[in-house]
Amino acid sequence: MMHFLLLFSRQGKLRLQKWFLPLPERERKKIVKDMTTMVLARKPRTCNFLHWKDLKIVYKRYASLYFCCALENQDNELMALETLHRYVELLDKYFGNVCELDIIFNFEKAYFILDELLMGGEIQETSKLSIVKSIEASDMLQETEQKRRSEHPSSSEIIQNTTCF
Amino acid sequence: MTDFLNIALLFIQYTVMTPSVRLQEMIRVIRSARTQGEERGIIQRECADIRSQFRQGDNGERSHSLAKLLYVHMLGYPAHFGQMECVRLIASPRYSEKRIGYLGAMMLLDEKQDASLLITNSIKNDLSHSSQYVQSLALCTLACMGSAEMCRDLAPEIERLLRASHSYIKKKATLCAVHIIRKVPELAELFTPSARTLLSEKNHGVLHGAVVLITELCERNPDTLVQFRKAVPELVQIMKGLVTSSYSPEHNVAGISDPFLQVRILRLLRILGHNNDTASDAMNDLLAQVATNTDSSKTAGSAVLYETVLTIMDINSESGLRVLAVNILGRFLLNNDRNIRYISMTSLQKIVQTDHNAVQRHRGTIVDCLKDQDTSVKRRALELSLALVSAVNIRSMMKELLIFLSVCPPELRSQTASGIFNAAERYSPSKRWHIDTILHVLTTAGGDVRDETVPNLIQLITTASELHCYTVHKLYRALIKDIAQQSLVQVACWCIGEYGDLLLKGECEEIEPVQVTEDDILDALETVLQSHMSSPATRGFALTATMKLSTRITDNVDRIRSIVSIYGSCIDLELQQRAVEYNALFKKYDHMRAAVLERMPVMDKNSPGHTNGDTSGEIKEPDTSKPKPVEAGLLSEPASQVCDLLDLLGGTDTPLQPSPAPTSTPTTTSSADLLDLLGGLEIKPVPTVSVYEKNGLSLKIQCDKQTETEVTVTLIASNSTQNDITNFTLQAAVPKSVQLQMKAPSGNVIPAHGLGQVTQTVLLNNPNKVSLKMRIRVAYSNQGAMHQDTVQIDSFPSAACQPSFSPL
Repeated sequence: MMHFLLLFSRQGKLRLQKWFLPLPERERKKIVKDMTTMVLARKPRTCNFLHWKDLKIVYKRYASLYFCCALENQDNELMALETLHRYVELLDKYFGNVCELDIIFNFEKAYFILDELLMGGEIQETSKLSIVKSIEASDMLQETEQKRRSEHPSSSEIIQNTTCF
Repeated sequence: MTDFLNIALLFIQYTVMTPSVRLQEMIRVIRSARTQGEERGIIQRECADIRSQFRQGDNGERSHSLAKLLYVHMLGYPAHFGQMECVRLIASPRYSEKRIGYLGAMMLLDEKQDASLLITNSIKNDLSHSSQYVQSLALCTLACMGSAEMCRDLAPEIERLLRASHSYIKKKATLCAVHIIRKVPELAELFTPSARTLLSEKNHGVLHGAVVLITELCERNPDTLVQFRKAVPELVQIMKGLVTSSYSPEHNVAGISDPFLQVRILRLLRILGHNNDTASDAMNDLLAQVATNTDSSKTAGSAVLYETVLTIMDINSESGLRVLAVNILGRFLLNNDRNIRYISMTSLQKIVQTDHNAVQRHRGTIVDCLKDQDTSVKRRALELSLALVSAVNIRSMMKELLIFLSVCPPELRSQTASGIFNAAERYSPSKRWHIDTILHVLTTAGGDVRDETVPNLIQLITTASELHCYTVHKLYRALIKDIAQQSLVQVACWCIGEYGDLLLKGECEEIEPVQVTEDDILDALETVLQSHMSSPATRGFALTATMKLSTRITDNVDRIRSIVSIYGSCIDLELQQRAVEYNALFKKYDHMRAAVLERMPVMDKNSPGHTNGDTSGEIKEPDTSKPKPVEAGLLSEPASQVCDLLDLLGGTDTPLQPSPAPTSTPTTTSSADLLDLLGGLEIKPVPTVSVYEKNGLSLKIQCDKQTETEVTVTLIASNSTQNDITNFTLQAAVPKSVQLQMKAPSGNVIPAHGLGQVTQTVLLNNPNKVSLKMRIRVAYSNQGAMHQDTVQIDSFPSAACQPSFSPL
């Protein structure tokens, strides 16, 4: 099970944090600090795995962002690398040639996409196509609702039953 | 006019610009702040704005305000005032508001917050919502931050969704069930029946979730595991389908069909096949197939192979399959990808004990990895190399390890050094090789070795008696080259002190002869003594070595005397004490010097980690130089045993009989050995006579004539009661013409059950040679009660020293 997933920039600024375990705010801040220090200190041609406390840390740098996650002992590190890559691919598909600014200005969308890929620290869906379709459908739902609201501001809101695919 | 413009701008800002732009505008403004202070100011303004928005109630803008707050929270600013807003938004009928509300709940609420309970009802309602995307939000949030209570409340609902819903919801419900089981293990039974049926799903997402769920169930309950073993054929079938299936674009990653699912199935098979022959047999063929057919050119394939190897090694697989697995790991070692080299070594580490020979075949590659750039890889290679050292390959491996030690990064040095020592101890082909290896390590990395290295090495040197000449020559040469490495210098000083005579002889079969004069040796030791690089412990070694040489060299004894007397006024307490005692050895006890400084006997091998100096405090005796008790914690090296001896002699020149303290540490026996050494001296053993015995307290005395008029009396008190005796004091009175000098007692607490003693020395000077008498008053507390008593000793006959006494 993944314990947490962090995205941070090369200057150590946090861009996304997903926690799959309940931890107090103070401890989360400390972990973020530890991770950024550790990962940013790594030299360029070193392997992507670290040991921290009793967890395996897997990180990968994509352009200006570091994607970092923490695994338990029995988890497969190489698969975690694939998971991070899958997430980047999904972001890329959604935003079209994703860059750090997209994630900064649309952070809530990044979270929505992540919530379609991972749940409870485990992979939820292995088909990229499936996830892209779900996100598009959710966005469509939100848009149609907002359009309806702006057209009929006084009517009560009902979320239509949407067809499954 | 300006007012109108302002109003117009506000109007434009709040109506024309869409809300999400407003969020993005805020982000832009925050990012443009040039200083931390400026950013704080902006954040404060925005938070005030957000708070007022929340207070306004439902106005269609709440979700945007919450989104802004979540951004602020990610920057690290407090956002707890948004918690209730999350609860309200989740309860809203609007999808956009629910979406951001649930996100807010996952970010701001955790199970420890009270507000989290308030969303339980909303989640329950949303779980049965007509829109699957709303259901999805509820499931996701529950799986992310659901507390045990919430899980208990909603478990039946989740179980229903597991069975009845569409695959989009089913896969989410499955992972939600996994979270519930992790939080409330007792609920596992609720999900076990449904889990089995989920394996027949075609949808990969659901299948993956099902495998995760079954893995979780089996890990927590051994009975469930037995139950699910029956599913092994089904799992094997699914796996086969994945491996042999034709190209499926939806699940394909670098030529592998759904590696995520494959890896999870392999992990489940590992758990099911562990320690079970039937299950292991059923998956043998499959594992062989996966191991041979999977293309490992990309990470996805390597990940599947890696998991396969782990599974093969953990179940009861046939030996051919195991060899195949180890060979895969060996191939990984040669892979260009550093990550794959790294995990290959971690896996090899796990199996090096059980499949030692198979791993040995790859020893060469592993040793090459010591030269890798990456520190993590180096560390793994080091651990593996140390595990692969055996009697057969010790010489070649040690060569590599010593090379590694000289170039390895500083954080690995102490691990390497201790690994080398362990290996050398277990497999060294000869004593000389062993000593050479340790010396090499001390020269290269002396600062990183553990403290016990010095006494262990010294002990090793004493046992290799035929090598004393060789060893002391080598150490001398190392010493004159460099005195920075403290452990090396300490061992060198000890050896020179002990075997200095061999050094002077000059000849040694295994080393080219070099003429070493007495002055050379003393120069070397003095350099160590005076150097600012030497630690206090090292200087102690050097001083004792210098002293020992006084019996091993002939010409320069005066030089030694002067060195020793200089340090009698040294600021360092330990050195001063030693110097003064050695001085005393020159002056008053010169007749004993040769015997005291004699060659040490071979030491018994102590238990690992044991240091010799600790128990020196057992035999407590006040010293002549300072009227206070001897420090119990002397330095932890064998040279201190000589000091112990001198401490003993410092008080009286009678050898104290070993205290009856029941310590089981070996050092006490070596001290006893040394005392036996003394027993061979000319001095007659003096009997201890008991003068008082009452209420468990017993008092014995020993007396010894120093000169015609001086007598030294030692009083020994011991306690055979159940409780410690505290505040123990002795007072003595003698006839008028006799001068009495009482030395400080060794302590004022006498442990119970005879576990320890208190000794006190009294010096009597009887110039008029009257008949000696002494009255002794004892005072002490036992179990809170004060006691006092008096003993009179009537005569101390001069010759035989047999006192006669009468208790009063």
